[in-house]
Amino acid sequence: MRSLVALFCLALPLHAQVPAERAKALEHMVIQDCGSCHGLTMKGGLGSPLTPDALDHADAEGLALIILDGVPGTAMPPWRPLLTEAEAMWIAHYLKKD
Amino acid sequence: MKTAALILSLLASPVMADGVQSTGDLGLVIERASGSLVVVDRSDRAAIGRIEGLGDLSHASMTYSPDERFAYIFARDGGLSKVDILTQEVVARTVQAGNSIGGAISDDGRLIAVSNYEPGGVKVFDADTLDLVADIPAAGKTIGLVDVPGRRFAWAVWDSGEVFLGDFSGAEPDIKMIGNAGKNPYDAVLTDDAHTYLVGLFGEKGVTAFDLWADAPEPKRFLQDYGKTSEDLPVYKMPHLQGWAFSSGQFVLPAVGQHEVLWVDRNSLEENARTAVHGQPVFIIAQPASPYVWVNFATPLNDTVQVIDSRSHEVVATLTPGKAVLHMEFAPRGAEVWISSRDDNRVLIYDTKTREKLAEIEAAAPSGIFFTARAHQPGL
Repeated sequence: MRSLVALFCLALPLHAQVPAERAKALEHMVIQDCGSCHGLTMKGGLGSPLTPDALDHADAEGLALIILDGVPGTAMPPWRPLLTEAEAMWIAHYLKKD
Repeated sequence: MKTAALILSLLASPVMADGVQSTGDLGLVIERASGSLVVVDRSDRAAIGRIEGLGDLSHASMTYSPDERFAYIFARDGGLSKVDILTQEVVARTVQAGNSIGGAISDDGRLIAVSNYEPGGVKVFDADTLDLVADIPAAGKTIGLVDVPGRRFAWAVWDSGEVFLGDFSGAEPDIKMIGNAGKNPYDAVLTDDAHTYLVGLFGEKGVTAFDLWADAPEPKRFLQDYGKTSEDLPVYKMPHLQGWAFSSGQFVLPAVGQHEVLWVDRNSLEENARTAVHGQPVFIIAQPASPYVWVNFATPLNDTVQVIDSRSHEVVATLTPGKAVLHMEFAPRGAEVWISSRDDNRVLIYDTKTREKLAEIEAAAPSGIFFTARAHQPGL
């Protein structure tokens, strides 16, 4: 809970409330679609590695924002048109294996 | 893995069971999530086996030996595998880098080059043994590796925009930087006459052409203005250029960040026309011996394939073959197209004349489809 304050500032949901069926679809999306650039095993490709080790020092909230808004000047696109904030948080925790 | 087990049980016995088997109508389909390949028979429209143990195939491609017996598989995890289609076995394998993106075979079939992300560079191997022949480091991720006649390869560097031509015909490799393509080249392709090396840019608008018939090729930028009037859309999947179509005197190119296909005069490099399409193009592939090109699209609009007439530049058919269409491969004379539907776990076979489905084959999360006829096409 170390980043509770930051959480409120960013107004992202604390822990992702995502129905089980949607969670399954998100997991599929991470493996298959994110995997296109980051690798099916998340060891990286055109995109950075996203293994729990690689993300050890990253906040879930920060990751969720990157997922939602992308990284300008790189190939990482904003997924906000396709994902809710809760879903982005779910993916961030999923990647970190929290 | 329920699906994989099911498919396994449906597969027939190995190809060589009754002695003689030709390979000219065979192919391989990448099962991206399970690190395996399905061996397919085009004439029978059937799966005839599976080869396993190929690593992370999330962005895998392959090339064929001149005798159409062996395939070289380039896996995401740096694995380079040589498989025997007849015995359906991996016969040589080396994990040659931490992360790789594609490869090519030299025109004489003797060398295999692999394009690596981590560490960046190109490694060249003996096609028989997979022994390392040359290691060419780069200042970043290498992309767009193609074979060029005369035991040469060309490639570009994502991070620096540099384009290299490597000559491996002598005792020592001769590597030349032939120019800078621009910001963040994402893929490149060689025209079927090995004349023009086209490099697509992600970091800025445009495509850069190099005349590889010239003694000293120079970069020539074109299509710098497309899409400048509208905001770019997020790019959820990088377009692939290996299938870039060359049709009726034109290059047919994907508009990065737009739902458009661009038509460029092959000689003048001037834009001829643009076609509004269903989504962001990923592959644009010419149907052999026809005026048509087929296009698939980036997620989330990837359940659709469109057919465009290269004379009128109009969409003449819109098909919805299945969920997450990742690739299309034509029979060499164009009668059929095989389409992979990752999320339906199927390869769908369409008649290109009626555009009706003829058959389907089960495969676990299929991506690239590669027929052995590629063995004889420069640039593939």
